[in-house]
Amino acid sequence: MVSVAHDHAHGHEEVAHKEHRSTPIDDKKLLMWAFLASDCMFFGALIASYLVYKGRSLQGPYPTEILNIPLTTVSSFVLLMSSFLMVLALDALRHDNIPRFRLWTAGVCFFGSIFLGFQVFEFVHFVHVGLTLQRNLFGTTFFTLTGTHGLHVTIGVLWLLSFLIASYVRPMTKKDAIYLEVAGLYWHFVDIVWIVIFTIVYLVEFVG
Amino acid sequence: MAVSRKPATVPDFSPGLFKRPTTSRGLVSWLTTIDHKRIGILYFVSGLFFFLIGGLEALMLRTQLTRSGLHLMSPELYNQLFTMHGTTMIFLAVMPMSAGFFNWLTPLMIGARDVAFPRLNSFSYWTFFFGALVLNLSWFLGGAPNAGWFGYSPLTSKAFNPGLGIDFWVFGLQMLGLASLLAGFNFIVTIINMRAPGMTMMKLPIFVWMTLVVQFIVIFAFPVITIALVELMMDRKFGTGFFNPNMGGMPIYWQHLFCVFGHPEVYILILPAMGIVSEVLPTFSRKPLFGYPVVVASGALIAFMGFAVWSHHMFTTGMGAVANAAFAVTTMIIGIPTGVKIFNWIGTLWGGKLRLTTPMLFALGFIFMFTLGGISGIMHSMAPADAQQQDSYFIVAHFHYVLIGGSIFGLFAGFYYWFPMVTGRMLNEHFGKWVFWLMFAGFNITFFPMHFLGLNGMARRTHSYDAALGFDGLNTLATIGSYILAFGVLVLVVHVMYDIFNGKKASFDPWDARTLEWSLPLPVPVYNFAELPEIKYRDQFWFDKHPELAHSHGHSTGTADQADHLAGHGDASSHHVGHAEHHDDHGVHLPGQSWYPFVMPLGLFILVFGGLYNSLTLAIIGFCIVAVGAYAWAFEGIGGKHIKPEGQTWYQ
Repeated sequence: MVSVAHDHAHGHEEVAHKEHRSTPIDDKKLLMWAFLASDCMFFGALIASYLVYKGRSLQGPYPTEILNIPLTTVSSFVLLMSSFLMVLALDALRHDNIPRFRLWTAGVCFFGSIFLGFQVFEFVHFVHVGLTLQRNLFGTTFFTLTGTHGLHVTIGVLWLLSFLIASYVRPMTKKDAIYLEVAGLYWHFVDIVWIVIFTIVYLVEFVG
Repeated sequence: MAVSRKPATVPDFSPGLFKRPTTSRGLVSWLTTIDHKRIGILYFVSGLFFFLIGGLEALMLRTQLTRSGLHLMSPELYNQLFTMHGTTMIFLAVMPMSAGFFNWLTPLMIGARDVAFPRLNSFSYWTFFFGALVLNLSWFLGGAPNAGWFGYSPLTSKAFNPGLGIDFWVFGLQMLGLASLLAGFNFIVTIINMRAPGMTMMKLPIFVWMTLVVQFIVIFAFPVITIALVELMMDRKFGTGFFNPNMGGMPIYWQHLFCVFGHPEVYILILPAMGIVSEVLPTFSRKPLFGYPVVVASGALIAFMGFAVWSHHMFTTGMGAVANAAFAVTTMIIGIPTGVKIFNWIGTLWGGKLRLTTPMLFALGFIFMFTLGGISGIMHSMAPADAQQQDSYFIVAHFHYVLIGGSIFGLFAGFYYWFPMVTGRMLNEHFGKWVFWLMFAGFNITFFPMHFLGLNGMARRTHSYDAALGFDGLNTLATIGSYILAFGVLVLVVHVMYDIFNGKKASFDPWDARTLEWSLPLPVPVYNFAELPEIKYRDQFWFDKHPELAHSHGHSTGTADQADHLAGHGDASSHHVGHAEHHDDHGVHLPGQSWYPFVMPLGLFILVFGGLYNSLTLAIIGFCIVAVGAYAWAFEGIGGKHIKPEGQTWYQ
């Protein structure tokens, strides 16, 4: 018995996990679900602001003049594909396939960075043609909404990069999969939000 | 397993920046604590401190209004005082005092050793602490915010309010919001996932249910104010046009965003007090809560409907007849579950063996005054009537009846009730009753006349009034009342300070209570439960003590077979033979203390000052502290040690 106690004391994370829980859902995952529910309201408020001020700009540039649908379609596609890689990365880690886990996680970060690169290009271009935060309500709401989303993507990329770096610093096994799963939930959510933003801000503008 | 009683320390793998603190005494132990009980004390004491500050601000306001035409302070200072009075009482007094109860009670009531994320819990407190500091430092750094706690645009726009006060308000509230959000996530996970074996949702103590409901309101309401404040900050710092009519922005949009948050916020303030009262009344009536499932459902319905009534704050803004009618109806509907609860409390009292202790007096006072505030609230729901009452002292009377008569009296009921558990000493009943009657009398003398002042046309948020209006008499009465109320609070502070050190030692379970937390020895051990209790019934502790009552009150305890079960056993201790968790092999795990939940909010504090004074250097320093702290936190791990609890567990 004494030796058993000794072994348990070494894997302190493990001991914490063994404590009683009322549902089969991991605490961290439940926390992330609660956060994402809350994040819906963050984006809901921002999207509401965009819709309330849609078409109320007093001066140009107006959305239809400068939004580039083909360009943004490409970057949206890249972002959505990163979710696919995210699934593969989690699956690899769950099977203790660390090389594959590194490959796919790097892929997610790379695709996320491509999306951010497109966004930076788009922002720079818009400012170049005269759309700034202060120019009109479109600029005010567009940059605030898409900028907040970009910030979410940036945090996601940094978070996943941390996994990648951590896997070289100390051994990573399938026991760590829950951490990656939580990050994955966040990543998928950010992608889904982009689908909504892409529809409302970009596509709807050209309807009719 | 009687081999070692020495704590077995868990090896710490983390490459921490700081040596992990282990002290349990002194300043460092409080700065680095992750114990929910200590954090609860920190929250409550901070809340009480700011309650006194907010009260002093209120006294200054009342003194200025004693007679017509007084000029004891400038109108500018008056604006700052009522802004800070509202902001302080809501965000720095009632919410943290409620958080104190959430922290102390939730894990104990559900039979857990701590919250799900102890370090995050500590982070929430320190973020609140520094946010409160930001708000109040504004007094010394160029003037406090002066646009009201609601911050209506364009009162807050740079053009009309160029000082730093509004910026302090924006950044301070953002920090307080972050603290509340993180605490919300933490307590949701704790309540859903850490209930003791057998404690189903419908066996939760009602206070825990109300805590859960409040956390859901928090996580859905606070994002909206966060975004509203971000937009206001963008307007002020970067010249965007969210609330700027010159660019086509609509100031009314601020009111919508603010009230979408602001109305659920009032339920964040009242539901914890309702939960406390729903625990205090059954104990001192020696009856179970009448209609437990209905109280739960009412709380949930209030939370849900709370998001559908916001525009009743805006009846006079010209939204149009359809919107006014719709929000009038939803507002009347939300009165129903609230009224149902009042009947539940009366039903609990009915036929009970009442003991009029101080906590019970506060709870009864709560029912009386909250009902009055609720009735005037229903009067506002009628849009045409509201047009007359809007921005008058009638509104001031209404919300002080629900916030002082409701929230504060409910919180003080809880304070007198659970004080013996926290400190191990009883509060003096004689002085307690004096406090109650002084506060009760003072409160009603202050705020009841305001109903008449308001209906006669006295406008709120106004520095002075003309003698010809005939408001002098009732205003003088209200001011006298406010000093009686303040004297009551003073007696409270003095006798509590005395009783902390000299009060009668509390015996085990001094009130003959019903809920699980009273099954613990006093003082409560750091690990709470040596072995996790197994729960079979609602009010398990009560029926363990009084198995003979199970027959007469069997209907209230959830399961039909309970009476049989208890009758078959007879003595209480037999329920606890089997425990879900066997701690024998490694003892109870206590997570380690940590510096990072203190260091990261400090970084945020510096970051915020970078934002306030447009200093990139400060902002970068603050950001780096936050970022480094986050990584150090992540790699620090849970840490801590395993300890062997002494023999006793369940109750003595």
